Amino acid sequence: MASRRFSEPGALQPVDLADSTSDFDSPDAPRKNRLDAPIRGPKLGPLEFLRWGWRVLTSMRTAIILMVLLAFASIPGSLVPQRSSDPNGVIVFRNADPELFALYDSFQLFDTFTSVWFSSIYVLLFVSLIGCILPRSLHHWRILRAEPADAPDNWVRLPFRRDEPATGGADAALSRAESSLRRARYRVVRDGSGIRAEFGYLRETGNLIFHIALVGILVTLALTGGYGWNGQRVIVEGQTFTNQLASFDTFNPGAWFSETQLEPYGVSLKTFTAEYTQRSPDDPWVPIDFIAEVSVTDADGTTDATLKVNEPLAAGNSQMYLLGNGFAPIITVRDPDGVVVFEQPVVFLSQDSNLTSVGVVKVPDGLAEQVGMQGFFYPSAVQLDSGALTSNNPEPLNPAVTFNIYTGDLGLDSGQTANVFQLPTDDLTLIAGRNTGVDVVLTPGDVFTLPGDLGSIEFSGLRRFIGVEIRHDATQFGVALGVFFAIAGLLASLGTRRRRVWIRVAGGDRPPTLEWGGMARGDDPRLDVALDKLVDRSRPTAPDKLGAK
Amino acid sequence: MNYNLESISLVSTYSAMAVYALAFILFTVDLAGRAATEGQSKPTRWLRAATALLVLGWLVHVVAVVTRAISANRVPWANMYEFGLTTTAVLVAVFLGSLFWRDIRYVGAFISGFALLALGVVTVNFYVTVVPLPPALQGYWLIIHVCVAVLSTGFFATGAALSAAQLFQESREEGKLRGRSWRFLSAFPSAAELEALAYRILVIGFVFWTFTLVAGAIWAERAWGRYWGWDTKEVWTFIIWTLFAGYIHARATRGWRGRPAAILSLIGFGAVVFNYSIVNIFFKGLHAYSGL
Repeated sequence: MASRRFSEPGALQPVDLADSTSDFDSPDAPRKNRLDAPIRGPKLGPLEFLRWGWRVLTSMRTAIILMVLLAFASIPGSLVPQRSSDPNGVIVFRNADPELFALYDSFQLFDTFTSVWFSSIYVLLFVSLIGCILPRSLHHWRILRAEPADAPDNWVRLPFRRDEPATGGADAALSRAESSLRRARYRVVRDGSGIRAEFGYLRETGNLIFHIALVGILVTLALTGGYGWNGQRVIVEGQTFTNQLASFDTFNPGAWFSETQLEPYGVSLKTFTAEYTQRSPDDPWVPIDFIAEVSVTDADGTTDATLKVNEPLAAGNSQMYLLGNGFAPIITVRDPDGVVVFEQPVVFLSQDSNLTSVGVVKVPDGLAEQVGMQGFFYPSAVQLDSGALTSNNPEPLNPAVTFNIYTGDLGLDSGQTANVFQLPTDDLTLIAGRNTGVDVVLTPGDVFTLPGDLGSIEFSGLRRFIGVEIRHDATQFGVALGVFFAIAGLLASLGTRRRRVWIRVAGGDRPPTLEWGGMARGDDPRLDVALDKLVDRSRPTAPDKLGAK
Repeated sequence: MNYNLESISLVSTYSAMAVYALAFILFTVDLAGRAATEGQSKPTRWLRAATALLVLGWLVHVVAVVTRAISANRVPWANMYEFGLTTTAVLVAVFLGSLFWRDIRYVGAFISGFALLALGVVTVNFYVTVVPLPPALQGYWLIIHVCVAVLSTGFFATGAALSAAQLFQESREEGKLRGRSWRFLSAFPSAAELEALAYRILVIGFVFWTFTLVAGAIWAERAWGRYWGWDTKEVWTFIIWTLFAGYIHARATRGWRGRPAAILSLIGFGAVVFNYSIVNIFFKGLHAYSGL
């Protein structure tokens, strides 16, 4: 007889919900009542145990504890570097303290938000939430289709009571009262000599929509999260990125990624410009704008576009974001006969606000020996008193590049992937550069002849590069929809008051009187004001506010 | 950039602090006076003077915010100093605005003291001169995201004041706080009333915080390519949101109304202050724009 049980008002609510429908008729209930019927331990078999566990899990108290637990369980995610948001920080941590790293790692502290303990909390919270909103939705569905409730037996305990003379007779007065209530969007039932009216169903509707939307967001993340992918790529002016796996410098596929998801398109970087300003000549230069002019080629042809910070570029089913930029000096290496063996822009990573940058050139083939070069790039080179160079402006006003040049086995033939930004120099021989007596300082067009008749290097040009992230996120639409409904539900729920009004006719020997009674569910400081207005509007002499407009 | 206005703004900030200090003293004198007179609930002239001073201090404070905005030619909340300056002005505005709705002048000592303390801390420790915005902070999302964060912080602070008062009043009603020094509490409304007031103000703060979170997520999507990545600041935004969600539920749960709910609200506000101060200064993350 499930339906019978559900017809009890409280059966579909969390056991300890103070604001429940069962409380609706007892607004003076003590404010601090502990749970009247405590959540008791099981007395009988496994079925009772399950029911007891379900009651505990779906109780408000458990939900609150889980929410507070979830908040506290997030804290390690901000204290300890996370593999998801700060992989480099995790490596630094491991190198600094391998033992503590192992201990933390055994607690999954570097993966807080995917850890077993964090996941169990939010899964329990959402199970509790679903266990709460399903029966509540059913309950609310029935209330939505039911008529307003009967007046309480104890009329004098109603917080709002007014007696109005029934001008023009009881029937006419009741009709006016009814239209006053209807205009205020009350649900009204008039039976015999009385009126039952209720307002504010939207409060619970909005509440349920908010919570269902939260579940919807979580379901969206679970179902579509695996289809996402993202990758990073450095593009030098004049170069083209084509959207295929081999083009990415790094690529992170989702669990269900397949290569066919990459829609074919190409993005060429035409020019990149950066604008800087400074407060006074002594203050540092600060960037005020980064602008990448690109052309996008896809099935529809080629179009020009601008890529900026905060203004991603949509291409195919993905978005391209501008995350970094810097300089890429063009280095040309020739053998002793003047034959070019290496000529390309080399990406230098900036180290400070004036874009002093470091980079590595590896020339494994074409010369008598393998040559590796560690370089510094200065957009606006000036010499310090110590003789070292520095940059005093992020713009290329006086570009210069310096090198330490090594010969030996660069380790590129071992088959292992090498980091293009690092040159392990332990097994190499320094042949030119700092502390060798032969400084290598090149401005554009300068040529340096390598010692030992190896050949020459030239700083033959200067380009800029941008670092971009290309990303496809399949969760966005569903999450945005969920957030929209969550906010709409929250605002609707918080902005609505639940009120009930009853009107009965009293009189007997005396002239007939309409007795108004009203009450609210939950705090409602404006109950008297709002209901007084309803009474006013039901008077025959009252100006019709709608008509007066 | 107008550096003349920038110094006017700083002078106004110090002036506002001076007036807030006077208001704080008078609010305290009023409370002490009520303690001496067996908790007379009628507002004294000290209270009226204190409120008038708070209004005056707030006007000077608004001048400081506006001149800062004009001198920087943008919204006055692009670094920690400006965020603190503007949030404190909003906090006092929320308090003064609430007076049109309810007489909550009894928490005036808390509000004026907190405003004075907050302004002092940000001006002494976080002051930075006006500099142009880096590209990442340009655009309308800075206006929306930080504006709602400022608003919700103002509401959370006012709610925290009421929750703190509620906690004291709870204890007093249970007979735990006796003696002359607690008598001023009789000038306060009942704990139940304080709780209802705190709830209504904190719910507004919660709605604004929800907007802060969502607007931040949309901005993060535009700027960094993902709407949520558990950056330290995102973690703390989530923590605060969850704590206040817990608070709202606690108020509807038997056995959790009253003291536990008020403690949750104070923990929530503690997280807001922690998020602004400790997280901004000491934690590593993408929100590294504090300018310190």
